[in-house]
Amino acid sequence: MTETHGPDAATTDVDHGHVAVDHVVLAAELVEGASVASHDVAEYALWLGDDALIIAQQLGWWISRAPELEEDVALGNIGLDLLGHARSLLHYAGAESGRSEDDLAYWRDEPQFRSAHLFEQPNGDFAHTIARQLIAANYLFELYSRLQASGDATLAAIAAKSVKEVDYHRDHAAQWVLRLALGTDESRRRMVTALGDLWPYVDELFADEPLIDRLEGVAVRPSSLRQAFDEAIAPVLAEAELEVPRGFISSGGGRSGRHSENLGFILAEMQVLARAHPGASW
Amino acid sequence: MSAPGTSEKEVWPLWEVFVRASRGISHTHVGSLHAPDATLAVRNGRDLYTRRGEGVSVWVVPADAITTSDPDAKGAFFESPAGKNYRHASYYSKSDGVKHL
Repeated sequence: MTETHGPDAATTDVDHGHVAVDHVVLAAELVEGASVASHDVAEYALWLGDDALIIAQQLGWWISRAPELEEDVALGNIGLDLLGHARSLLHYAGAESGRSEDDLAYWRDEPQFRSAHLFEQPNGDFAHTIARQLIAANYLFELYSRLQASGDATLAAIAAKSVKEVDYHRDHAAQWVLRLALGTDESRRRMVTALGDLWPYVDELFADEPLIDRLEGVAVRPSSLRQAFDEAIAPVLAEAELEVPRGFISSGGGRSGRHSENLGFILAEMQVLARAHPGASW
Repeated sequence: MSAPGTSEKEVWPLWEVFVRASRGISHTHVGSLHAPDATLAVRNGRDLYTRRGEGVSVWVVPADAITTSDPDAKGAFFESPAGKNYRHASYYSKSDGVKHL
């Protein structure tokens, strides 16, 4: 990639002169706030953080495998945005129990993860990843839009930062849904299949759990987002001449730690290095 | 050109990317990229060339829409100004009180 050659070129060189992964500065909203979440708020932050972490890990797989180099970068960027959200949320979630974001990411097993099933669905072909992105980005956009008004200042700050990024993610997904659905017979067939395969995992995202009742004014009630989600998705599907799929609905269970076999494979790859070399840095 | 998706070797068309660093500055050529169409070319331009906060505006132009000077005709094209340094504004003395020339 080309560096800028404007007046900012020197600053850019300094910023990227070295990368120390064990010494990444945390987002400002966390450093300034320095608050510790209550147990329930920590659990809620864990739900949202695990959603972002698992899908970020999955999107990283596409780097070097997307249809073109440009799309490698696009999906990589989206994955890194989501990883940033995961870091903030997990840092906040872990403070209550004295665990770091790395403790939570690398040293928990499947039943301790709280991500919804959508996020652990396989990358599949490019159409499956795009269908997952369409659902995930629209859900996260509605969620973070409302969470900005949370009574919890840290969650509100993380949401305010994240909402602009997921807004771009939904545009990226929508653009590709249109092109795949209205492209060739083959691309359309794949898009229809992918949407049908991913849609069963939509309902879990909007299911109210008992935890939500205890977090009135802090958490966003998932069921309250469903209408806005449907209204955001409908014009994309209409333009792409796609129907909202009907079929079985996944029983979910991610928020209680019940996962499909997919999560184990994702975690194995994500955690192997940290577990083989505890405390390793580069 | 064959229909999209029929050839394994098919690549997306090439686009030239212009980024404006801030308001009031002209768009500057920053490089090129592949994209299936103009809408996605702007998206790809954003991802490839503005991820470190370089720009406030992105233009893309199909590479084959740009007509270039002939690299083999450099002499005929570009050597005429040699020795004609009176064409530079710096040849003239500046008036007092004009600070920003």
